[in-house]
Amino acid sequence: MKTVLSLSVNGTTRDDVIPDNMLLVDYLRENIGLTGTKVGCDGGECGACTVLINDRPRHSCLTLAVTCQGARIETVDGLSRDNRLSALQRGFDEKLGAQCGFCTPGMIMASEALLRANPKPDEAAIRNALAANICRCTGYVKIIEAVQFAAEIANEIADEALAS
Amino acid sequence: MEFMPQMQMHQPTSVEDAVSLHGAAPDGRYLAGGSDLLVNIRRGIEQPDSLVYVNNIPEMRAITETSDQITIGGAVTLRELSGNSAVAEHFAAVAQAAGEVAGPSHREYGTVGGNLCLDTRCVFYNQSEWWRAANNYCLKYRGEICHVAPGGKKCFAAFSGDVAPALLLFDAEVEIAGPDGRRRMPLADLYRNDGMDHLTLRPGELLVAIHVAKLTTSISSAPIASAYAKSRIRGSIDFPLAGVAVAMAVAGGKITDLRIALTGVSPLPFLAKGMDDFIGREGDETCLEEIRDKIRTQAKAMKTTTTPPHYRRRVAGALAQKLAASIF
Ligand SMILES: Cc1cc2nc3c(=O)[nH]c(=O)nc-3n(C[C@H](O)[C@H](O)[C@H](O)COP(=O)(O)OP(=O)(O)OC[C@H]3O[C@@H](n4cnc5c(N)ncnc54)[C@H](O)[C@@H]3O)c2cc1C
Ligand code: SF4
Ligand code: FES
Ligand code: FES
Repeated sequence: MKTVLSLSVNGTTRDDVIPDNMLLVDYLRENIGLTGTKVGCDGGECGACTVLINDRPRHSCLTLAVTCQGARIETVDGLSRDNRLSALQRGFDEKLGAQCGFCTPGMIMASEALLRANPKPDEAAIRNALAANICRCTGYVKIIEAVQFAAEIANEIADEALAS
Repeated sequence: MEFMPQMQMHQPTSVEDAVSLHGAAPDGRYLAGGSDLLVNIRRGIEQPDSLVYVNNIPEMRAITETSDQITIGGAVTLRELSGNSAVAEHFAAVAQAAGEVAGPSHREYGTVGGNLCLDTRCVFYNQSEWWRAANNYCLKYRGEICHVAPGGKKCFAAFSGDVAPALLLFDAEVEIAGPDGRRRMPLADLYRNDGMDHLTLRPGELLVAIHVAKLTTSISSAPIASAYAKSRIRGSIDFPLAGVAVAMAVAGGKITDLRIALTGVSPLPFLAKGMDDFIGREGDETCLEEIRDKIRTQAKAMKTTTTPPHYRRRVAGALAQKLAASIF
């Protein structure tokens, strides 16, 4: 009941022997020590555990790690480059999109999936993409502003990266 | 982390392998997206010893269209189903219903097969282990009495999948593979009116695909108009308190075809009876109100959600009225 799991996490290829019943979120947090991904409910209700699998958002609390064979996983821990925050991380920081911050990793990853598929989303598209992510603090207005801000500065950040 | 039982995972790439792996492990379950099953395992409602993962089976991952029908693989995701243009053209209610299931991240991996085979739901059942234990469990799992109808021996947990009623409008058929080979049956026959045992699947049977014939109206070759709507507590994510699918054709201001199917109000999704009575009627206010009333009396919701049953009955009628009016 153990399997060798080969996959990529935040750009690093890994092989780990894991039990078949291990949830992806526990693999990420307990085995690899990537504690950015949060657990906010007992399964599927809150979105705090959202990660990207092959660029698409997914609840890591309802995903068995062994089903991610060969997949490309990304978590909030891997977003910054050379100590520079990603556009969304800057958006949530500068626009006060995080209060207690517990929902933020999931919000950022769900937004990251949105911006990759739709770099210039309108407000309805942002609200729709974040519909499975619950925040008990902000009232969502600041979160939407954070994503809008990130969409605006994304090009700027890409230019900076090219220049450096 | 909650209790996760020891489980062996199988990841077959063909239907035949899936069925034989399941056959060798009778206490196992098929796993698709896991957005229902893994929640139930984590809450201790399900305790399989093995899982047969069906999402790596190419035959179950495709939507194929021919001139007269569309075949939807059982492991097609809700996002793929709601975004498919052929499905949207011929079976608008199906695409709409798929797009209304849960939230956007769930639709990324939740499948149509899992949606059709969803466990029934009840406020006394979909709870953590300690919650259910504190309440002495209930008839559906481990307990002696039903908290919804304490006198009886029947479970009223509601089937709450959104896609089934939309597919029922079109007389969809399901293709099933099991230890004795493959068979096909009407989707309606997949269900029975028992919250504890609502699926007619035999042990080890797998829903491979759904076949839906393209329906045209009785007077033209245009696809029949259809729509789906649901009432839910939070517009962004929740299961239906009542879900209503309507297919209707109108010619010369009169109804020529009318079908209405319901979900969320009883242990099975079903086609409402008596809709042929409206054929030949004009879609005036009286007619729409009669449609509403006929649906309301058939939506026999019980106290399986925090929202009272009479609200769910009324809202089912109101949704049917609204959808019928929108197609006129
Ligand atoms: C917060 C939340 C909100 C939700 N809201 C809704 C909602 O509004 N509407 C709704 O309809 N659902 C909702 N769901 C439930 C679920 O996300 C969907 O129904 C989804 O379609 C289930 O599909 P799945 O592939 O994840 O199923 P799984 O969890 O993998 O499976 C569900 C059941 O079906 C069986 N099964 C799966 N595939 C097959 C197959 N091919 N053949 C035979 N048996 C099979 C499994 O053994 C299991 O018993 C919600 C879930 C959550 C967590
Ligand atoms: S309807 Fe009754 S038996 Fe069925 S799940 Fe609810 S409380 Fe339990
Ligand atoms: S922890 Fe995964 S959805 Fe709440
Ligand atoms: S910032 Fe606290 S839950 Fe969202």
